Amino acid sequence: MARIELELAHSYRPDPRTDEDWALLPLKLALRDGGAYALLGPSGCGKTTMLNIISGLLVPSHGSVRFDGHDVTHASPQQRNIAQVFQFPVIYDTMTVAQNLAFPLRNRGVPAQRIRARVGQIAEMLELSAQLDRRAAGLSADAKQKISLGRGLVREDVSAVLFDEPLTVIDPQLKWQLRRKLKQVHRELKLTLVYVTHDQVEALTFAEEVVVMTRGRAVQTGTARELFERPRHSFVGHFIGSPGMNFMPARWSEGWIEVSGQRLGPVSEATALAQALEFTLGVRPEHVRLAGPGTPGALPLPVRQVQDLGTSWLVTAAGEGSTAVRMRLPRELAAPRAGETVWLQLLGPHTCFYKDEELIE
Amino acid sequence: MKPVNQRAWLLILPVVLCVAFSAVLPLMTVVNYSVQDIISPERRVFVGTEWFASVMRDEELHSALWRQLGFSLAVLLVEIPLGILLALCMPATGWRASAVLVVVALSLLIPWNVVGTIWQIYGRSDIGLLGAALARLGVDYSYTGSATDAWLTVLVMDVWHWTPLVALLCFAGLRSIPDAYYQAARIDGASRLAVFRYIQLPKLRGVLMIAVLLRFMDSFMIYTEPFVLTGGGPGNATTFLSQYLTQKAVGQFDLGPAAAFSLIYFLIILLLCFVLYNWMQRVGSAEKAEGLHG
Repeated sequence: MARIELELAHSYRPDPRTDEDWALLPLKLALRDGGAYALLGPSGCGKTTMLNIISGLLVPSHGSVRFDGHDVTHASPQQRNIAQVFQFPVIYDTMTVAQNLAFPLRNRGVPAQRIRARVGQIAEMLELSAQLDRRAAGLSADAKQKISLGRGLVREDVSAVLFDEPLTVIDPQLKWQLRRKLKQVHRELKLTLVYVTHDQVEALTFAEEVVVMTRGRAVQTGTARELFERPRHSFVGHFIGSPGMNFMPARWSEGWIEVSGQRLGPVSEATALAQALEFTLGVRPEHVRLAGPGTPGALPLPVRQVQDLGTSWLVTAAGEGSTAVRMRLPRELAAPRAGETVWLQLLGPHTCFYKDEELIE
Repeated sequence: MKPVNQRAWLLILPVVLCVAFSAVLPLMTVVNYSVQDIISPERRVFVGTEWFASVMRDEELHSALWRQLGFSLAVLLVEIPLGILLALCMPATGWRASAVLVVVALSLLIPWNVVGTIWQIYGRSDIGLLGAALARLGVDYSYTGSATDAWLTVLVMDVWHWTPLVALLCFAGLRSIPDAYYQAARIDGASRLAVFRYIQLPKLRGVLMIAVLLRFMDSFMIYTEPFVLTGGGPGNATTFLSQYLTQKAVGQFDLGPAAAFSLIYFLIILLLCFVLYNWMQRVGSAEKAEGLHG
């Protein structure tokens, strides 16, 4: 178990120049001992690179990795005592399930009795007990990935367990079950867990804190609530939530916010906005409210589409040439009809403003 | 009742003719010879299985068969491990990989009889690099005089000629192992030996099977190189099956026994092919089943 501090940048090219040359732009990140973290971001955002740097499979081209204050930048995974589970099942074909699970322990010279007990425990937890003596090669992808997970969890004294999209190949139903198991493991063993995924639901349900990444940058680290209510970067607003945040170009105009030629207000963060002058207004579909017709500071827009999401209505409204605004309305309310004009209250406690994609505070 | 369309027979006729003229009829000619004593084109006597019986009793043939099996076994025992070792040492990427691949493949591009000639000169104790060097070192080496030396030279020549094939197959096999396996092994703290034993060797099983099959078949039919190098001598030390057959058929013109022996030779190879093929199929289907899951 260890506190992990990263202060690094990584490029696979020898002489990085533009931002695109960097797999990871300079970042600073600290992972608490015993915390459950998720690295969330789209494909190619650098999350697997980051994971491999933490585990020691990759040495960062710049900066350092520290475990409990010790510099381990050049230490091997074994020296760092890291366990890692990969996206696709990695099993040792010629071994039985039990031998697969025992492999990391055997390589470290753990006494046979201790190995047997530990393998039994892990197999019990992952429901592999019935298959312990079977050859691992003949099993289904689900079972193979469970073996991979088991090998990651079998050592109790690890600094951290890293998961690289481990549930990609697994059935949705089993996914929930395994994720619950992982949370349970986390609670019981108090291991530091780092979980890489591009699935926000997976990240938000698994982790205590989520690191959102895009294009080689870690743009925000926070709890599910923070990411939802106060995205510090417009990418977070866009990526988290379904659908993501509404963004509209806006400008400051004498105490009001002007959006699509309409004045919105009243405004609380006046000074910062007055300074920014031109900025982007971001509001989640869940935070857009309907206002009475003619309400001052509300934005009138014609409804384009109403979708029934089962538990709520998803209403899309857009004027001629203006950005569409999506909002989620409770089922109890009567849904507005397409073509009807609705008055939208975009400003509220959870409305955010962005300048150059960064939150204005 | 399903209508029966007999026209299908017509459609396979070209194939039937092709196979008949290229394979079945020539083989039948051999069968024809094997059951007759041909004294002259006009005079022939049907002898039944007599040639087969006499060939089967032939001591020379027995020793050639054992020599052949021993040779093929030795070839496999040396070339397979050596090929794997070579493949493990070859660089994986970059210009070095390409350069090494070309150098390794070089011996495969040389015609069989040229290989024989190269080694014939190479091993001569008066002008050959190897022979002369050994002579200088005081080793009494002569592939024309000593049976052991001749045998070793043929073996080393085959190893020199064909180990690269095994190496190339293994190299391709090694390259197809996903990186994640090596990463997982590093995470699991596996030693270099364990990586070989539990990852590389099992993943190489498919290509190794092909390598074993190819090398076994080829070495079992070896003819040109020992013919050029030693001519089967000294004595019969390097007379392998195909050379024995040539002596019978072309040298002594004993067409009947040669035909009978050809068929036996053919059956031996067919049998071994069948066994190996089934073995490979079984492993292949096991891997396919694995592939469906994984």
